[in-house]
Amino acid sequence: MALWKNGSFTTDAWRTIAEGEDAPPAGHVILPLDWWLQERDAFANSNAPIGVRIEPGAPIESYLDDLPRFALVALAFPKFGDGRAFSTAALLRERHGFTGEIRAVGDVLIDQIQMMERCGFDSFDITDATTERLLRTRGAPAYSKFYQPATGAAGDAESNGGSRPWARRKA
Amino acid sequence: MYRYDEFDAGFVSDRVAAFRDQVARRLSGDMTEDQFKPHRLMNGLYLQLHAYMLRVAVPYGTLSARQMRKLAFIARRYDKGYGHFTTRQNIQYNWPALADTPAILEELASVEMHAIQTSGNCIRNVTADHFAGAAADELDDPRPYAEILRQWSSLHPEFSFLPRKFKIAVNGATRDRAAIQTHDIGYQIVRNSAGEIGFAVYVGGGQGRTPMIAKKIRDFLKIEDLLAYTQAIVRVYNLEGRRDNKYKARIKILVHEKGLDWMRQAVEAEFEAASRDYIALPDAEIARIKAYFAPPELPARASSQKFAARRESDPRFAGFVSTNVAAHKIDGYGIVKISLKPIGGIPGDATAEQMEAVADLAELYSQAEIRVSHEQNLVLPHVALDDLPVIYDELLASGLATANAGLVSDIIACPGMDYCSLATARSIPVAQRISERFGDGPRARDIGALKIKISGCINACGHHHVGHIGILGLERKGVETYQITLGGTGDETCSMGTLTGPGFSSEEVVDAIERIVDAYMALRNEPGEDFLTAFRRLGMQPFKEALYETSKGADI
Repeated sequence: MALWKNGSFTTDAWRTIAEGEDAPPAGHVILPLDWWLQERDAFANSNAPIGVRIEPGAPIESYLDDLPRFALVALAFPKFGDGRAFSTAALLRERHGFTGEIRAVGDVLIDQIQMMERCGFDSFDITDATTERLLRTRGAPAYSKFYQPATGAAGDAESNGGSRPWARRKA
Repeated sequence: MYRYDEFDAGFVSDRVAAFRDQVARRLSGDMTEDQFKPHRLMNGLYLQLHAYMLRVAVPYGTLSARQMRKLAFIARRYDKGYGHFTTRQNIQYNWPALADTPAILEELASVEMHAIQTSGNCIRNVTADHFAGAAADELDDPRPYAEILRQWSSLHPEFSFLPRKFKIAVNGATRDRAAIQTHDIGYQIVRNSAGEIGFAVYVGGGQGRTPMIAKKIRDFLKIEDLLAYTQAIVRVYNLEGRRDNKYKARIKILVHEKGLDWMRQAVEAEFEAASRDYIALPDAEIARIKAYFAPPELPARASSQKFAARRESDPRFAGFVSTNVAAHKIDGYGIVKISLKPIGGIPGDATAEQMEAVADLAELYSQAEIRVSHEQNLVLPHVALDDLPVIYDELLASGLATANAGLVSDIIACPGMDYCSLATARSIPVAQRISERFGDGPRARDIGALKIKISGCINACGHHHVGHIGILGLERKGVETYQITLGGTGDETCSMGTLTGPGFSSEEVVDAIERIVDAYMALRNEPGEDFLTAFRRLGMQPFKEALYETSKGADI
């Protein structure tokens, strides 16, 4: 596993806690959502950075109130074709104003990375060997013309693509 | 017609360059077929029974003469000299070499075409009425809206990995020639009580193994909200659509299982919550896109002497006119349907020479415009009646004057087991034999409007559910068996066909169809009552009796 962020591989400051594993109430841990929902009182007096891992299908409403408490939301891709988290990320950014890190974890393929960035993701836990090799040797695809506005940091880096309100160009 | 600007051209050429690189990596062995698959599918390249198949998008079925010539060039240079027009107004090439596909995409890009999103679980080519901009019964041209949807849905970052493919159709006329009620979303252009133009929105239609008629989710949607509302529907589907079983993953299953009320509530809530500013369609932008589709300047013409004289003297020409020419919105003009269903031929196939002949005719006589219909025919949308005699003669010389548009031999058929790896039976040979049985002469004209549609498997690419007579090819103990359905239609009175009973062997099926047709002929009220009307009046029973009187069929 390797963490891709801002166009390069980087060391991961976060530790992922598996289901059933004991987690110290220290910072920089990514907890399964259920774990968090059951144990959150233990963190009541802590302001350590907390991350949470969300499986696709978990309704945003189930963790919406806690969103300001999270420094990181990891959205899972159990299969590359399961695209639910694209919408979840877009909703977290656009609708719910989440400004922390959104991380893609699971089956993430090279061609999806720019699309994920444009939906509000900003880091990618890469497990697919081909994707890792291609990222190391060639970097992620970087198209510059789009027919949809992006959200999050990617959106800030884009300007209107002419008179069409839906088109965008990478600056 | 829409023309690419520098932005559109750059968008496509960037993707062609990326695909060229991916193909090179595949050919050098740097990528396995499995790793290559998502890349090729993003560019419409399928792996079929015998070879790769490239599906090229023809947005809402509109082609220029120049584009048609390029399609002919590709057929000749990179395929076996022909192409296959599909029920989604696209064209497929059945024999391209993998190494040539980047060059083909480059050729396509040079005439503002591509193969993006003709496969995969994304929003597919947006379809529309093939008579758009010409039909006498049109309220508003659907193509500008289809074009806006095409752009907005192209490689959408949020909607490229949906539970399943997603099809949108737009219709702007009273008659529904775009079959919108069999689509994931159907937009019907309507006028509200205040006189404003907008859309009635249908959702959850589809064919396949679970045919469903779309349900109306909204009576009236303002044009400016077209993208926002589409986004709301697709977002609800992306989050809530089933992903546990690909056969239950289309939006029709979501609407069916959760109910229309749930769906409406979810979509309206999403629509209300979205910040709509960035995809609201400003009037100026709609007007800019509409200008590309401005109706050609066609001066109204008085009745045509030439046309009338030929019609009087040449019964074959008269027959062609009665079946293959539809009413145009301007006096003195017609819409010419060019049948790609020659008697005994392969439905939807056209040779490079035929494509060029149609391109020539379009350039000379139809404002350089051509349409592809979902019934696998071509259309010259703006033809002066004065020019019809010479057009007919040219079509005759190219083997394109089959006078059977809308008749019993104008059959839709999927490629079936001759090409497709999913098929369970052959479709094309059945279509060919039915077409030979009935022909395009007086008998076919006497039978009148009758749509036969054939699918070679349960996935229903041949649209058999909405055939007046539908034929579904299945495999039973290694033998092809054909089930028959009656009473389907994809138009504004949309209904799904009903199974007659046991199926028929390949040898029996043409006789079975003939018994149905003969029963209709004997029972219809007068020649004016078409097959579908008669079936709706009579019900299944008399047809069942006719069908199973002499053969009890094969139980399947």
